[in-house]
Amino acid sequence: MPIHLMPLHKQPTDRLALGAAVLAALLLGFAGAALAETPEEKGRAIAEEMDRRDLGFEDSYAELKMVLSNKQGQSSTRELRLQTLEVPARELGDKSLIVFDHPRDIEGTAFLSFTKILDPDDQWLYLPALKRVKRISSANKSGPFVGSEFAYEDMLSQEVDKYDYRWLRDEACGPLSCFVVERYPLYENSGYTRQVVWIDQVEYRAQRVDFYDRKDSLLKTLTFGGYKQYLDQYWRADDWYMENHQTGKTTRLTFDNWEFRTGLDENDFDPNRLKRLR
Amino acid sequence: MVYQGHESGKKASNSGKNPGNGQGRDGWVVAYARWVIRWRWAVLLACLLAAVALASGGRFLGFSTDYRVFFSEENPQLRAFESLQQVYTKDDNILIVLQPAEGDVFTPKTLAALRQLTEASWQLPFSRRVDSLTNFQHSYAEGDDLTVEDLVPARLLETGAALTPERLEAIRAVALEEPLLVDRLVAPDSRTTAVNVTLTLPGENEFEVPEAMAATRELVAAFEADHPDIKVAVTGLVALNAAFSEASLADLTTLIPIMYGIIIAGLLIFLRSIAGTVVTLLVVGLSAASAMGLAGWLGIQLTPPSSTAPTIILTLAVADSIHLLVTLLHAMGQGADKRAAIVESLRVNFSPVFLTSLTTAIGFLSLNFSDAPPFRDLGNMTAMGVTAAWIYSVTFLPAFLAVVPLRARQRQSESNDAMARLAEFVLRRRRALLWGMTGLVVVLAVWIPRIELNDQFVNYFEPSIPFRADTDFAMENLSGIYQMEFSLPATGTGGISEPDYLAQVDAFSIWLRQRPEVVHVQSMTDIFRRLNKNMHGDDEAWYRLPEERELAAQYLLLFEMSLPYGLDLNNQINVDKSSLRVIATLRNITTRQARLLKNAADDWVAANMPASASEPTGPFVMFAYISERNIQSMLFGTGLALVLISLSLILALRSFKIGGLSIIPNVIPAVMAFGFWGFLVGEIGLASSVVAATSLGIIVDDCVHFLSKYLRARREKGASPEDAVRYAFATVGRALWVTSAVLVAGFATLALSAFELNQSLGLLTALAIFAALIADFLLLPPLLLAIDKEKKHADTPHALAQAAD
Repeated sequence: MPIHLMPLHKQPTDRLALGAAVLAALLLGFAGAALAETPEEKGRAIAEEMDRRDLGFEDSYAELKMVLSNKQGQSSTRELRLQTLEVPARELGDKSLIVFDHPRDIEGTAFLSFTKILDPDDQWLYLPALKRVKRISSANKSGPFVGSEFAYEDMLSQEVDKYDYRWLRDEACGPLSCFVVERYPLYENSGYTRQVVWIDQVEYRAQRVDFYDRKDSLLKTLTFGGYKQYLDQYWRADDWYMENHQTGKTTRLTFDNWEFRTGLDENDFDPNRLKRLR
Repeated sequence: MVYQGHESGKKASNSGKNPGNGQGRDGWVVAYARWVIRWRWAVLLACLLAAVALASGGRFLGFSTDYRVFFSEENPQLRAFESLQQVYTKDDNILIVLQPAEGDVFTPKTLAALRQLTEASWQLPFSRRVDSLTNFQHSYAEGDDLTVEDLVPARLLETGAALTPERLEAIRAVALEEPLLVDRLVAPDSRTTAVNVTLTLPGENEFEVPEAMAATRELVAAFEADHPDIKVAVTGLVALNAAFSEASLADLTTLIPIMYGIIIAGLLIFLRSIAGTVVTLLVVGLSAASAMGLAGWLGIQLTPPSSTAPTIILTLAVADSIHLLVTLLHAMGQGADKRAAIVESLRVNFSPVFLTSLTTAIGFLSLNFSDAPPFRDLGNMTAMGVTAAWIYSVTFLPAFLAVVPLRARQRQSESNDAMARLAEFVLRRRRALLWGMTGLVVVLAVWIPRIELNDQFVNYFEPSIPFRADTDFAMENLSGIYQMEFSLPATGTGGISEPDYLAQVDAFSIWLRQRPEVVHVQSMTDIFRRLNKNMHGDDEAWYRLPEERELAAQYLLLFEMSLPYGLDLNNQINVDKSSLRVIATLRNITTRQARLLKNAADDWVAANMPASASEPTGPFVMFAYISERNIQSMLFGTGLALVLISLSLILALRSFKIGGLSIIPNVIPAVMAFGFWGFLVGEIGLASSVVAATSLGIIVDDCVHFLSKYLRARREKGASPEDAVRYAFATVGRALWVTSAVLVAGFATLALSAFELNQSLGLLTALAIFAALIADFLLLPPLLLAIDKEKKHADTPHALAQAAD
């Protein structure tokens, strides 16, 4: 659906209504609330619940391997570390730091990003061969992340207010039951008209995302696998598989060694410290 | 035409008495003819049902929308290009070229229009990326801040005031300095710019290209309505592919009606019979429809060459009917009743019509040796049409005539004075003609090596096809359409970041840029230079290649991070970063110049970076070799056709000597036609490879008729060679003239094709048919007289050349 056909809500009142809806859902049971909800409200409520369940992890660390393949099966591999600092304020996105370990000639290259909700992210890059930190201003969140099929906006912090939502239906997804929710990016430079997300109903974990391009053709599908729970609360998928339907290219992200609450703070995400990373 | 009449008139009187081995065959044909007349309604019905069943396959006929159909699976240039496309992203594109009526493109108005068109182009089906001046990712540094943004950001266009003259000058300076833009998306004189839409076609069906083009034209029409002061032209690979189906359709809709017009006019003049004209139209129509339908059943896709098949079938099929009708009408004119005339016509013509159809089919079937599948399709479709024409001529035609009322006008015998004078002239001047014709052939043959093979595929299309005019406009005002691509392997994964390798690629790019044939070179080394400059605070001194591998690799990572939506580096760098692609855009050069450039580039790479040697490739390179390769592959096919056709003649004429002699007048028309072409035109493309084979099967017919009459006179009447020549001129001279005129007119019709290959094919074949007539009249008789003079009589008096009557 073209974005301009979506009803535009005034955020505060909308959120108030939703809060009430969630409360009602908790008190009266889901079925009762569902009757009162519009699909838009239900979609947003699901996103809110997803976000709520992921609150409070403070920071995280993971190692990941990125395998890029083309249609013919030729591939290349990159290894990197990802650190994330949770930013509790709702109007701010999380902060992420990515350090490349492999291949050798880009070892130590570091990428720091402060996610914004509806504005271009703040980005810094440190190139060890140049020994300088460069601040990058770019409105471009939909470009491919280091040549992969993931865009920045696909990989980094998923904030509730980046989208408008609409619940479509409930359906089985593998052995699980899922909510199927459509979401519409609010960022004006987004490369997508919409995304369709499958979220399991028990743990509120994204199972699959379909991405539709600017002309509303199916562009990519992201599938999550190997979910593990950490600290008895936070679910993380070990396997992210993105397939581009138009070019036949794929990217697989394999996460390893997840750690939470490692004691990172704002200082660890200071652009001036990028040089000293190893 | 009338020769059959003279002949049959005489034969009709003694047909029953004809003894010897001819009797059995004639008896069989006579019995068959009577059977057809008895079961005329059943035969008509069966023919119509068969035609409908075959023709219904026409619904499966589609138009091919891919220039690659011109290359067989085994074509080495196609394989080289496909292996390149396995490594780098396959890019199909639509280029929308814009030129304001006045002034340059760096005005607020034009840039706003450009930005609007750029935005709208994202909606085109299968589009993956849209690039123009406005959304070019311009990177610049301010201290340690690196900014990447649209060269003409939306905010500047929202209010006209924001785009100050100073800002416009800055934008112009960036654009005209940027190797990725100048000569590619903006002309150096700033007059012309373009929006490049990159598409990924799924390749699942032939409707993708027309769908993309239809949407583009709609978009362009809306744009033109809003901006009448901006000229718009649409080109690119997708437009090229669309043009192939458009040219096919144009040919089908224009050539076929013209051909029918020629046939109707010719029939009315030569036959002077409404029923005869109607039945001939039905036979040729059914033949063409059956062949096209069968092609549909066989899953053949129409291409510009194969879409001329119906026109060629109409031309060739008409001859069978004419031969049968002339005999029939003449017999009726002599007083025979209609049914007797039908039987007589079949008896006399069954074998020659079969033989001429067979040789024509052999000639066209030999196109299966062509390396270009569209010609194989053309050959098979025409052979099917010729076969169908033969079948309908001996079934539908007699059955139809048995049903409809037919009236033959009593004709005075035609004056053969002109032919008699020609015969006397040839006999008197035989020696001079022998040497004169030999001299003419030699003089014409000298011009053959001067023919230059050229396959600038844009020129395949007539200016009536929008692609041609638009592409010519783009080439004149913006940049070239022809490209040559080089994949230059480095050593090992990530090896492209090695400074030595980059320096060599850069030297190669510089060498290419210095070549006069080259308009633009796309090379990653320009991007490395720009990034190096950006990362050193935009200091011009740093506009040079990075000197360490790590720095280059990290720049590449930075660049990958800054790429906008829809772009990745796979169109320039392979997946594991061990190989770079350099793309040279060429001026409007001939394919001979392209071959020279390719050889020079091969030599440069072999001498300077031997480890990176690889085949230069691209669609233009494929077309640069298509004619040579097809001529090579057709040499064997044409030779085989010549052998088979000559064998058919030797068998049919029952004379090894005369049949063997026929090779000379059958071969030299092609030599003369090509020589004449070399003298007049001097340049030819792919069509050249198939003309010899296709024309051979057609021109042989004249020779068959002349020789069979000559032999009949020698064997049956015991005539001297001189009298036999007189007899041949008297009986078939005018007929050969007339059939040749029809065939020349038919093939010359192809000159009206929207597709250059078809024009050359038609004109060359028409030339060859005309040359064959000259050879049969002026060279064949002196040749016969030269080798046949000492013999008094042929083998046995009654061993008539029935088969070749």
